[in-house]
Amino acid sequence: MEDTQATLDVIREMAAAMEENRRQLTKLDSEIGDGDHGNNMNRGFQAALERLENADLATPADVLKAVSMALISKVGGAAGPLYGTAFLRASSALGDTEEVSAEDAAEALEAALGGIKQRGKAEVGDKTIVDALQPAVEAAREAADGGSVAGVLRAAAGAAEEGAEATVPIRARRGRASYLGARSEGHQDPGATSTYMLLDAAARALEGSS
Amino acid sequence: MVGIVLVSHSKQIAEGTAELVLQMAGEVEISPVGGDADGTFGTDPERIEAAIRDLEVDEVLVFMDLGSAVLSAETVLEMLSPDEREKVTLVDAPFVEGAFAAGVTASTGADAEECVEAAMEARTEPKLQEG
Repeated sequence: MEDTQATLDVIREMAAAMEENRRQLTKLDSEIGDGDHGNNMNRGFQAALERLENADLATPADVLKAVSMALISKVGGAAGPLYGTAFLRASSALGDTEEVSAEDAAEALEAALGGIKQRGKAEVGDKTIVDALQPAVEAAREAADGGSVAGVLRAAAGAAEEGAEATVPIRARRGRASYLGARSEGHQDPGATSTYMLLDAAARALEGSS
Repeated sequence: MVGIVLVSHSKQIAEGTAELVLQMAGEVEISPVGGDADGTFGTDPERIEAAIRDLEVDEVLVFMDLGSAVLSAETVLEMLSPDEREKVTLVDAPFVEGAFAAGVTASTGADAEECVEAAMEARTEPKLQEG
């Protein structure tokens, strides 16, 4: 139950981060996409909070599953199915675990990355969420050895931030920005940026409680 | 019987394509799902899922237009139960031409495999004669 509550805290902090940063994400997205990423993510996480209020939540996996369903149905665009799949896979990876270890957290992140790569068919260097999430998973795995869940998420967030910043010079190869070709160069990818913000929020939520 | 779900970013494209197919194919179960949950451009996994479930047919073919329509349809497929998933095929074909060929084929009582084949041929069928 304790970790279910901690997972809820993580989601609340993520929702707050999406609300706070929606203009910045939308601005990044209007440079190379259709300019709705911030509003879409905010709408999705608000819907997730509503869903969590009325849901029967016994495990951390139940929380992640409810969030997944809200994101899939409310975010719209490609981000909804992508983030929705990520949360769904993370939920499956945790199974009926009640106490989440650092290893469990790293495995859930890895499952999330697997889902996003399968759905979006993207690799590192395509200027997508994967550019932030893949280094995040690698950092999480290293931090899991003898570390805490908060430590895993903090390491993941740090690597995701660097990964997101590294998308600036890249030419997009997936998604709508790929139609822009060379004009997508010089802009930070909105999806990679929101991935960093979500991981940072998750780490913050757990650091605050420990 | 084979039913068709049309997933487009635009309500008008989904509905217009359904009308076009019905005009030529007559008796075929077809369900257009256009736009996102707010009625603007995008796709809506919740309505795609409902459309797949609500068609009273043995097999469902799903046609998708751009980018996130494919992601949404694939995500819905992952959310279905194994029994439901077995009935559903995402068709890798041009949206209008593919749905049209599949719809006309379905109206003859063909099974899903034959309808998919007809839709796939629409991809390579030249529109202008060479030379």
